[in-house]
Amino acid sequence: MSNVFMGMPSLPVFGDGNLHIDEPFPAAAHRELGNTQMRANLRHATHTIRDKRLKVVGELPDWEELRDAGAATKNQVMANLPALLEEFEKNFTARGGIIHWARDADEANRIVSDLIKEQDTDEVVKVKSMATQEIGLNEYLEEQGISAFETDLAELIVQLGHDKPSHILVPAIHKNRTEVRDIFLAEMPNVDPNLTDEPRLLAMAAREHLRRKFLSAKVAVSGANFALADSGTLAVVESEGNGRMCLTLPETLITVMGIEKLLPGKEDLEVFMQLLPRSSTGERMNPYTSLWTGVTEGDGPQNVHLVMLDNGRTAALADKYGRTALNCIRCSACMNVCPVYERTGGHAYGSTYPGPIGAILTPLLTGIKSEENSSLPYASSLCGACYDACPVKINIPEILVHLRGEDVDSKRGENKLPSQMDLMMKGAQWAFSSGKNLGLLEKGLPLGKLAAGRDKKIKRLPGIAAGWTQSRDIPAPPAQSFRDWWKKDHRPAAATTEQEK
Amino acid sequence: MSAKEEILSRITSALRDAPTAEPIPREYRTTSDMPQAELVTLLVDRLEDYKAHVDVVDSAQLSATIAERLKGATSFVVPHGIDEAWLADAMPNGDARRRIDVPGAVLSVTELDNTDAVLTSSAVSIAESGTIVLDGSGDQGRRAISLVPDHHVCVVPMSTIVRLLPEALPRMDITRPLTWISGPSATSDIELERVEGVHGPRQLDVIIVKGL
Ligand code: SF4
Repeated sequence: MSNVFMGMPSLPVFGDGNLHIDEPFPAAAHRELGNTQMRANLRHATHTIRDKRLKVVGELPDWEELRDAGAATKNQVMANLPALLEEFEKNFTARGGIIHWARDADEANRIVSDLIKEQDTDEVVKVKSMATQEIGLNEYLEEQGISAFETDLAELIVQLGHDKPSHILVPAIHKNRTEVRDIFLAEMPNVDPNLTDEPRLLAMAAREHLRRKFLSAKVAVSGANFALADSGTLAVVESEGNGRMCLTLPETLITVMGIEKLLPGKEDLEVFMQLLPRSSTGERMNPYTSLWTGVTEGDGPQNVHLVMLDNGRTAALADKYGRTALNCIRCSACMNVCPVYERTGGHAYGSTYPGPIGAILTPLLTGIKSEENSSLPYASSLCGACYDACPVKINIPEILVHLRGEDVDSKRGENKLPSQMDLMMKGAQWAFSSGKNLGLLEKGLPLGKLAAGRDKKIKRLPGIAAGWTQSRDIPAPPAQSFRDWWKKDHRPAAATTEQEK
Repeated sequence: MSAKEEILSRITSALRDAPTAEPIPREYRTTSDMPQAELVTLLVDRLEDYKAHVDVVDSAQLSATIAERLKGATSFVVPHGIDEAWLADAMPNGDARRRIDVPGAVLSVTELDNTDAVLTSSAVSIAESGTIVLDGSGDQGRRAISLVPDHHVCVVPMSTIVRLLPEALPRMDITRPLTWISGPSATSDIELERVEGVHGPRQLDVIIVKGL
């Protein structure tokens, strides 16, 4: 990498870590679909949160205006990223914080581990962070003889259950209360053997379990939701108070954050702190938000570090059709409304980032050529629900279509078309296995209209047909699919499909 | 090349198509003319929805209300800058229950853990979302004191209540350590059902004071 010169165009450098899936999405999805308990849990949970989100979003008369501001702010950030990063560093450093830059997962892991070792401890408390999960920090620390204790209830459930997260906000969403109780009984030292599966008592058991750790920890590791360039301020949004514990009590605080998390300034918080809680937990505001700017004498950690992580983000930024994926504020609304996620669950996506956002972000970070990740852009019916739910208006379906095109282009170069054909066949199998699935696919049709220019011709088709459209334009499909038309004009058929909503 | 230089160079290279972004449209609500009485009603509604206990009192009743809320506590901590008059009724028999956290002579984490309750004031509150902001001023104290004790009694002067988040932010000094509190600690991690009370204070009592 050392032969990259400032100012010269360089090839994108992709990310690594917990981003590479082990098996293609269709195969993983097929396996996960067999897990009926998980599907029931997911269905219950995603429907609960959808209803809550709709209610609190409906309360705000200016929701769409907030989304417009949020989307525009993030586009501004990406367009001015170098200047904003410099400004942030200057302000954070002026207030006593120390910044480290990490090109990739491995570099970030080494920085964090060295900082922990400097404090002469072999234990850290952690507050939920997608970035540290992406880089595989816990596994790396374990190799170094350092135990990392997850303190978020859901992360704790996943960690104790030797499981993997399946959702970015509620990583244990695939477990129901009884399964959680069983994990606690088996894995939590000194737990009350009569513990029931009442959520309140389970939360109390977690409090007991972690209290000593919080009060004695010397080092905490956190993520960050936002970083304000004009003041050097970091923000963590949470519910349980485990974040406050980690951010307040230990002497040393190490935060790991992707470079895309910046916001220009304080004024932008008024937009994002309305968008995020309502989109993620469906609350008007999350119970706790902590903001800190470097070191404050006499209050909180006095040894404050921030690791700024690239790990493929600059590669995603280089894709001008895909870069808005970096605008994501990790609210998880897109997965909660996604019909594919609801059925396959988060594990099928194989990466730290599941659901619709994962289907675009993962291949953007690793490169579409990354063998199995190229199947992720097919993990969608293109129904558009994710776009409607997204608080920063990321056009996920459009990026999916773009990445499918990239995938085909790259495979054609490598003569790998049969493998894509394979995927298409599996996709077709899924589509035709039920009329409902086929209906979902057909909802993708209006997107074809979008892909078509004003002259109503499609210049480039995604997927396997791309080769064909290279040499000819085809007319855009009708705005309404045959099945849609049938549904509208033949009432009885509509009734049966409606109830699935 | 340092990691920073290399990352910045990668970004510059990624942005070589020089994307221009539209100016940020700020068409959302940034001001409100809701009368103060309605602001109080809205804030109470939101806080109660979060399962906080709320009193709305005149300033003359404040001391008695604080005493009532702290009744069950065998000990409580206050930041050094709290108004002594607020505590008149809470300490009829001397100040044996009170612990003062003073910069330079702070309570240890263990001492805080052995303290039942904490009394603080607050900097600004947002009615629409039921959010109370602490900024570490003398009457609010450093962050640990309002975190470790299990019961937080928080005073909200009526003049510090606004309706909207955009109205509240100009009132915050963003470089101070800020804690935004919307109800007692809670989790939705098991089946997405909200359960109050995890690691932060499990009981939040808010006293909204008219005339303050
Ligand atoms: S893509 Fe949008 S909806 Fe999905 S997690 Fe990110 S911000 Fe939320």
